[in-house]
Amino acid sequence: MREIAYYEAKFEALDEIMAADQRVHLINGTFLSLSPHRHVFQNLAKKYGDRMMMPPISELGFCGLATGAAMAGLRPIVDLSTGSFIYEAWPQVANEAANAYSMSGGQTRVPVVFHLFHGLRGGGAAQHSGSPQAMLWNCPGLEIAIPSSPRDVKGLLKTAVASDNPTIFVDHTKLLDLRGEVPENDKPIPFGVADIKRAGSDVTLIATSYTVQVCLRAAEKLAKEKINVEVVDPRTLVPFDLAAILSSIEKTRRVVIADETHQSCGVAAEIAARIAETGFDKLKTRIRRVSTLDVPVSYSPPLEDYIGPSESRIIDAVRASVA
Amino acid sequence: MPAKKDDSTELIDLLRRMWLIRAFEEKVSALYAAREIQGLVHLGIGQEATAVGTCSQLKPDDYVFGGHRSHGHAIAKGADINRLMAEIAGRATGYCAGKGGSMHIAAKECGFITATGVVGGTIPLALGAAFAAKERKKGQLAMVFFGDGAGQAGPFHESLNIASLWKLPVIFVCENNGYAEFTPLSAHTKIERLAQHAKTYGIPNSTVDGNDLFAVRQAARKAVEQARAGKGPIFIECLTHRMRGHYEGDPAKYRELSQLAEWKKKDPLARVAKVLKARKWIADKEIESIGGEARALVEKAAAFALASPWPAPAEVDSHVTA
Repeated sequence: MREIAYYEAKFEALDEIMAADQRVHLINGTFLSLSPHRHVFQNLAKKYGDRMMMPPISELGFCGLATGAAMAGLRPIVDLSTGSFIYEAWPQVANEAANAYSMSGGQTRVPVVFHLFHGLRGGGAAQHSGSPQAMLWNCPGLEIAIPSSPRDVKGLLKTAVASDNPTIFVDHTKLLDLRGEVPENDKPIPFGVADIKRAGSDVTLIATSYTVQVCLRAAEKLAKEKINVEVVDPRTLVPFDLAAILSSIEKTRRVVIADETHQSCGVAAEIAARIAETGFDKLKTRIRRVSTLDVPVSYSPPLEDYIGPSESRIIDAVRASVA
Repeated sequence: MPAKKDDSTELIDLLRRMWLIRAFEEKVSALYAAREIQGLVHLGIGQEATAVGTCSQLKPDDYVFGGHRSHGHAIAKGADINRLMAEIAGRATGYCAGKGGSMHIAAKECGFITATGVVGGTIPLALGAAFAAKERKKGQLAMVFFGDGAGQAGPFHESLNIASLWKLPVIFVCENNGYAEFTPLSAHTKIERLAQHAKTYGIPNSTVDGNDLFAVRQAARKAVEQARAGKGPIFIECLTHRMRGHYEGDPAKYRELSQLAEWKKKDPLARVAKVLKARKWIADKEIESIGGEARALVEKAAAFALASPWPAPAEVDSHVTA
């Protein structure tokens, strides 16, 4: 099977999506943040420039515009770029887009995709390192997709655009150069289906996005200590594949959850709660979380490394769970 | 003033629609006082000319967005008053199956996409609908209603700027009734006329007597023509007054009784009737029967609503995600 870069897979997806459906419009951004691969975005503009719009710095305005356009029959993909910028658009995402289908009693569908890059990017400091997906998970009505591999980004983006629901597409800049297998003529990946990124028997290690890659590296190191880790990637937060996680825990009896959202009310917190409610009797030891600390993210590199769910903290948590 | 060539039938029909709104809102008020309707309702009694003058110039497939005071806008756009009353009464037979209520009316079949409980919340949405309309190239447009209070909110400014920049076919209708919730406009901004903001963003604008159906209609006609011709957005500021408090139950002590009396003299329904009578297109008896018919239709709607079932609790799981 061919191996391509994550950013190439992402743009293959965008190209195929734009070609297949005239209703798809790209609003704002380059879907590459500050990556040196920005030339790829220009290739897309050559083909679909008339459906690619660059609005002014008005996140509230253009996220609302995208939401309204979706209500009126288009299927826009908005690039918020830095995830923290969604806070500027919050009312339109959380109060209008998320609620419209329900408030209208099913009359109004909102097939919009809000794409963003979350997390610790290396020197982003507090205002450019946000991971808003935990807060968005607390807004019923939104779907949340969060890929961690080239195959996943392509498959999930297709499903996000095809979905009639407002979808948050949570990406990470540290994934862009990752290489991985992507079949030719790949199929869209359904939401609500987790992926076992590494089969194991001793500990279930749940992670999303870039943290999956950190966990895979941690797992390789732990394998040398004869600790065989199973890495489970939910791939979507809404809908959420709890069954896959419980099935893994049934096998391993131990779980660690690693995530880049802050600890309080974070993604790891919610997953832990669901496991505790439904899989408590399967566990041999308490649930452990490795989350970004509950502090505003500092600028300085050693501080940022300390604050995030690092490989060493993950390894410590896994060791503790088998001790 | 209506031009002589205006069709009397058309104008009498507009009076009918204004009466329907008036009767509907008065009934909602009565039901609210009798505790048959709960929650927050904001009535547009006194603002019928702005709703009918504008919406009457639209086609069924034009998109309309409203705010918290939008019963009249929905009715003017063609919403079924039975389903509308049922929605305000929280019943399963309402437009939104009881899930939206008074502030979140949606009547998709007639192009009323949604109202919002957040001041200015639908202005960016209307931009999006206008964007879709522009892409579709079928001459559709979007119209959004908001009050003078929205002129101080972020989405208003971002939207005016983008609409102007992208030349979107959207008509901004500002119902300046002089009050943002409980305080006069002057307590919110130094800008007396919101049309000035439109000027700032390069948008053609006008300020009209919002209680004069003909003035509103004329401004809307011109705006619709321009928008359909691809000339970009237009801003119409309608000076009007809400005869009730901000919400039902608001004692409105902040408003001088003399002010209310002044505005009563400018009642939009009475003014239309006066003009039609002067042209000998209608007599007192017919005006009375128009009012009577409106009330009869509204009584039926109220009966339908109150006899309708409540939504079942299991319904909360429907319409969360498609």
